[in-house]
Amino acid sequence: MSNYLGNYSLYIALIASVYLIFKSYFDANSENKYLDKNFILITSIQTIMITVGFFSLVAAFVISDFSNETVFNNSHTLKPLFYKVSGTWGNHEGSLLLWLLVLSIFLFIFLLNSKSQDTKYKLLTVLFQQIIISGFLVFILLTSNPFKTLYPIPTEGLGLNPILQDPALAIHPPILYLGYVGTSIIFSASLASMISGNIGDKWARHIKKWVLVSWVFLTIGILLGSIWAYYELGWGGFWFWDPVENVSLMPWFCLTALLHTVIVLQKRNSFKEWTIILSITTFSLSMSGTFLVRSGILNSIHTFANDPSRGLYILSFLFILILMSILIFFYNQNKISNTAKENFILSKETAILVNNWFMMFFLSVVLVGTIYPIFLEVLNGSKISVGPPFYHNLLIPFLIPFLIFMSFGPSLKWIKDKLKKFNYNILVIFLVSLLISYVILTKTKNSFLLSIPLIVLSIYLLLVTIKDFFVSKSSISQKISHFGFSLLITSILLNGLFSYEFNSNMKVGDERIFNEKVVKLKEVNVTDVDNYKSLKASFEVSNKNSAFALYPEVRIYQQPLTITSEADIKTTLFSDNFLVFNILKDDGYYNVRYQYKPLMIWIWISTIFISLGGLLSVIKKNEQKY
Amino acid sequence: MSKNIKFLGLLLSLIIIFIILLKGLNVSKDYSNEKLKSKIDFSLNAKKLFSDEIINISDLFDKNSPSVVNIWASWCAPCREEHQFLMKLKDMNINIIGINYKDTPKNAKNFLSSIGNPYSEVITDNDGTKSIEFGAIGVPETFIISGKTNEIIKKYIGPLTSENLIEIKKLLKKNV
Repeated sequence: MSNYLGNYSLYIALIASVYLIFKSYFDANSENKYLDKNFILITSIQTIMITVGFFSLVAAFVISDFSNETVFNNSHTLKPLFYKVSGTWGNHEGSLLLWLLVLSIFLFIFLLNSKSQDTKYKLLTVLFQQIIISGFLVFILLTSNPFKTLYPIPTEGLGLNPILQDPALAIHPPILYLGYVGTSIIFSASLASMISGNIGDKWARHIKKWVLVSWVFLTIGILLGSIWAYYELGWGGFWFWDPVENVSLMPWFCLTALLHTVIVLQKRNSFKEWTIILSITTFSLSMSGTFLVRSGILNSIHTFANDPSRGLYILSFLFILILMSILIFFYNQNKISNTAKENFILSKETAILVNNWFMMFFLSVVLVGTIYPIFLEVLNGSKISVGPPFYHNLLIPFLIPFLIFMSFGPSLKWIKDKLKKFNYNILVIFLVSLLISYVILTKTKNSFLLSIPLIVLSIYLLLVTIKDFFVSKSSISQKISHFGFSLLITSILLNGLFSYEFNSNMKVGDERIFNEKVVKLKEVNVTDVDNYKSLKASFEVSNKNSAFALYPEVRIYQQPLTITSEADIKTTLFSDNFLVFNILKDDGYYNVRYQYKPLMIWIWISTIFISLGGLLSVIKKNEQKY
Repeated sequence: MSKNIKFLGLLLSLIIIFIILLKGLNVSKDYSNEKLKSKIDFSLNAKKLFSDEIINISDLFDKNSPSVVNIWASWCAPCREEHQFLMKLKDMNINIIGINYKDTPKNAKNFLSSIGNPYSEVITDNDGTKSIEFGAIGVPETFIISGKTNEIIKKYIGPLTSENLIEIKKLLKKNV
């Protein structure tokens, strides 16, 4: 039943899409001043149909309707309700349906929110957005229909990978998609404004909200993915430079650059072409992400589908979109009125330009690391694997100039700033940060020459951003985001410098001593829980002053047979104590890994600060003082 | 004029990228275990886990009988799960070559000393490139290699199951 409902609603949505493409194309060429009432109507019908389609899949998951192939492959009657629902988007077909749902809802919100905009511009945005929507609809219906039926109906499903049964991962894809899909509106709107020639401060104010919204969702989405990797994968790290992770980071760099550039467009009416290029690139990167993840072209542990026809479709669709945008860009380039004013070297514009250079550099490094192995394999058949050292060696040294720029760039004035007389505040802050870094660095043995300027500068930037809360005139949202960023860099650096771990085989009653820490395995309890068997160990970790208990767990799932390790993590404001264990042979020994990770929680908190700044900026109606 | 050149340049590079990605799509297609009939690249050199000695991969394979190649890591939970089946294969005197994927030698040795070593030889693959040479996409993965022709006759992605074990036994008998 829900299969038919879902299937037909998607077909109706496709018809609506085709209608809207033609209608908006012809209306945009006529001189109509007002938007045809049918527009809102048809768009709402389409949004409702796609919503119906999505929820009929959710319903099929909830009632475990195994006549549906997607449900059969990814669900199981024993699964808790929460994970049945999140199972809807935990697979290829369902996640595309979610993409589509967000696409259409965003377009609908866009139409409601842009009443004051020029009609032609709105029509063209609808046109481009509908081209994307129809592309996804055809893709879903042709290659990955989530409503394929099975006969005879199986009695039990194949289950969902237990690694994916985690609250952070259940909400991670939807949030990330909100970010990805938000960039589609930016893409469509920038192409539309290119044709209708309304790029300027007014347009910038209008599109800035979408940039901020996508950026906030993308930031939180990446954060959730990272939290999942840290708590669930049990490897004790928060970022692995896996291609699938990189794919979400690349649009983030681009969007961060765009976020700053749009402000220049809004305040100074310049950087017009650059804003458009960034908008197109951001969306292309989000789409490429979908291509790389969904086509199985990457050699990654988290690759999902290995169906080349899907890859071919997304690849062609992606290139048609890019080609279309390049054509539009070159064809309409002369419509952009050149209002660029004289730029002085010492000004906020230049500072933002420098920020953009850095973002583009970071983006290129990650892009090369992710794509180059594919290219090389095709070109000369050699296979390489790009690991964390590549990214660390290329990115970390460049953090030094980046941190320097970030410490003074945001406080520069628009148009032209003067070199002030020597500022004693800055000197005092710098000396304080030198002192703090000295104290910190004497405590570690494994410091390199590179880590000295990095620590000094990151602490300096942290202090400067704190000082800015009291002194600077810039907006509160910017202060919070920049403070969050400096906190993030400081936490990551200190975390990397002070982390340590040990690995050992222990049996019940054993004790191991490492770095003045005593780890003792007290007991292991075996119990049967819902859909898995649980082995819960009780450890005691103690040093001279304190002692605490940790209870890591090993879960043995039956559907399908999988063993997962749930780390137990004791989190305090200063450090995380991470303990994970694994079953060895039946001789009573367990493999135990203990990790000490300082300031772990601050990596999450600082990322929340970063997105909080963006969120405040979205909520605030008129941000005049900047 | 310069605008046209820019445009054509961009278009050309786009087309090149498209073709390369399209090719890439086909390259990674041969992951299905049925069609896979490629030979192993014996020119590969690798470091042994226990002796740190660098050897040529061809030395590891017995020319007269089939071998099993297993890609594993100490951090990989499914590898522990399939370990029992590898031990059973070892008891049948089958030549099993382990490729230790993105692991530290210390952890790898701990793993083998604590739960048993089914491998006749383990080579290390710190950066994952050797596993990629074998066409692997992750851990664990198992390849059956015929003794006579040196071809990969079967490939298993993911942990081995008891059904797989029965199948492997049959395959090995056939290819002696």
